[in-house]
Amino acid sequence: MPDLPGLGILRRALAQVSSIVWLLIGMGGEIGDHLARGRLPFRRAVLFEQTARTGVGSVPLVGMVSFFLGLTMALLTGYELRTFGMERLVPELVATAFCRELGPLMTGIVLAARIGAAYTAELGTMTVSEEVEAIEAMGIGPLRFLVGPKLVAIVLLMPCLVVISNVAALIGGAVISITTLNIALSYFVDLVREGLLVKDVIAGIIKSLMFGLIVGLVACYRGLTVKGGAAGVGAATTSSVVTSITTVIAADSVFNILLVKI
Amino acid sequence: MDGEMNQSPLLSLEHVKLRFGEQTVLDGIHLQVQPQERLVIMGQSGGGKSTLLRLIIGILTPSEGRVRFRDQEVNRLGRRQLNVIRAKTGMVYQYSALISSLSVRDNLALPMEELTRMGAKEIERVIDEKLELVQMGHVKDQMPSELSGGMKKRIGLARALVLEPELILFDEPSAGLDPVTSSVIDELIISLTEHTRATSVIVTHEMNSAFRIGTRMVMLYEGKFIADGPPQDFRQSQNPVVAQFVEGRTNGPIGESGKWEVGMRK
Ligand SMILES: Nc1ncnc2c1ncn2[C@@H]1O[C@H](COP(=O)(O)OP(=O)(O)OP(=O)(O)O)[C@@H](O)[C@H]1O
Ligand SMILES: [Mg+2]
Repeated sequence: MPDLPGLGILRRALAQVSSIVWLLIGMGGEIGDHLARGRLPFRRAVLFEQTARTGVGSVPLVGMVSFFLGLTMALLTGYELRTFGMERLVPELVATAFCRELGPLMTGIVLAARIGAAYTAELGTMTVSEEVEAIEAMGIGPLRFLVGPKLVAIVLLMPCLVVISNVAALIGGAVISITTLNIALSYFVDLVREGLLVKDVIAGIIKSLMFGLIVGLVACYRGLTVKGGAAGVGAATTSSVVTSITTVIAADSVFNILLVKI
Repeated sequence: MDGEMNQSPLLSLEHVKLRFGEQTVLDGIHLQVQPQERLVIMGQSGGGKSTLLRLIIGILTPSEGRVRFRDQEVNRLGRRQLNVIRAKTGMVYQYSALISSLSVRDNLALPMEELTRMGAKEIERVIDEKLELVQMGHVKDQMPSELSGGMKKRIGLARALVLEPELILFDEPSAGLDPVTSSVIDELIISLTEHTRATSVIVTHEMNSAFRIGTRMVMLYEGKFIADGPPQDFRQSQNPVVAQFVEGRTNGPIGESGKWEVGMRK
């Protein structure tokens, strides 16, 4: 077979995907063992701590970024549509774009940078200092104990953060509509409710769950496979953010293509 | 070890080899550890002692050979059975490996909370008891980052003891401790096997500790055990490597590896 440069990359990517799938299977197994002994997979306090760190801390950033994006979007589309007297379409446009596309995508990217990086750095440091190994040596499954709560936290919080992102974007859109497009707030709300389809909302939620899983898995995998001390943790963190952002964007495209086909 | 041969070994390694890439770290290890033995493993820095302990608890898999705990082959076990063995085994890490995000108290509580159904009171009692054993009762509420290396090491030891393990693996338990504390730890290791019927495997460089603790000693050199026997054999060993190691001389076969053929082997 010819030695194409792309082939090596593809092979490495596939190897990593399969490792990540194994990580997921291993975690499922460890959780299963724990359940078989009649115990909850993780303690409530641990899960709460993770969700607080993942979720509450991300609200300001997600809210702010989405608010400004919604604002900009309303401003630009309003400016264009106005020439045709179609500015009534702006609220629907902002709502639909955010619910099915920009909300999940933006939140995914923000969480990859903010939470994914933290997960990788934390697990990476624990790996380097043999803490992960010590947990394994005690007979406590590290995948269940360390990865489990992180993954559950990020997957469950993504949809919540996406809702916040959507609302923030709509507030941004409303600000522009009211101030520059002569659309009153009640009319804005009506237009959004008319324009928004349940289908779009569901697509957005599915996407957000999927992106949360991607970011969480990539981050934890990168953290657990760190090699080479502090420098290794740094490199893994960078690579974790880059990989999860690209994967989220790629998954978004694939999902959109599939959805259009259906 | 003679006379105990009728007993079945707690731990046995058969023809174990381990390679990291090109490098052969362990090159045919045979070892049987009887219950209640205190086996001291000596060897050069980088000789593969920590690696050997990792093989015993199944963190690493040998490239060749077998590791058995009682009659179970460690590397063939499923995750659940392996974790049962691990819960019965305590490991004291060379660099403590305490969970840095948990306080001393929570570090000790972790195995009990995750692996047993002990109540909060009971857990608290065990924590106090084990911390007292290593004379660290006063740091219960501190974080690992606030402790010195020697203190962390003693917490690591206490953590290894909370589940009353049958087998305890010590990776240089007294390195970095002052002579008095080091003696306290030595006494503790001895009393553990005498009172709780635990079996210990101790990796150490400290000759005084080694002779005080060990009921049996082995010397790891270039991936093999070149000597195996009771401590008094080591004091008067004719083997130049062992003699050099015990006396801590700079001249001798160690350091000119490759020039010397491995001789005496029991
Ligand atoms: N994960 C690993 N990957 C590659 N090589 C390794 C790995 N772990 C250990 N080694 C190599 O195996 C050899 C033995 O290491 P080990 O840590 O077991 O030595 P040691 O006898 O415990 O030394 P010390 O007394 O300094 O603690 C070393 O040469 C080391 O470079
Ligand atoms: Mg070592």
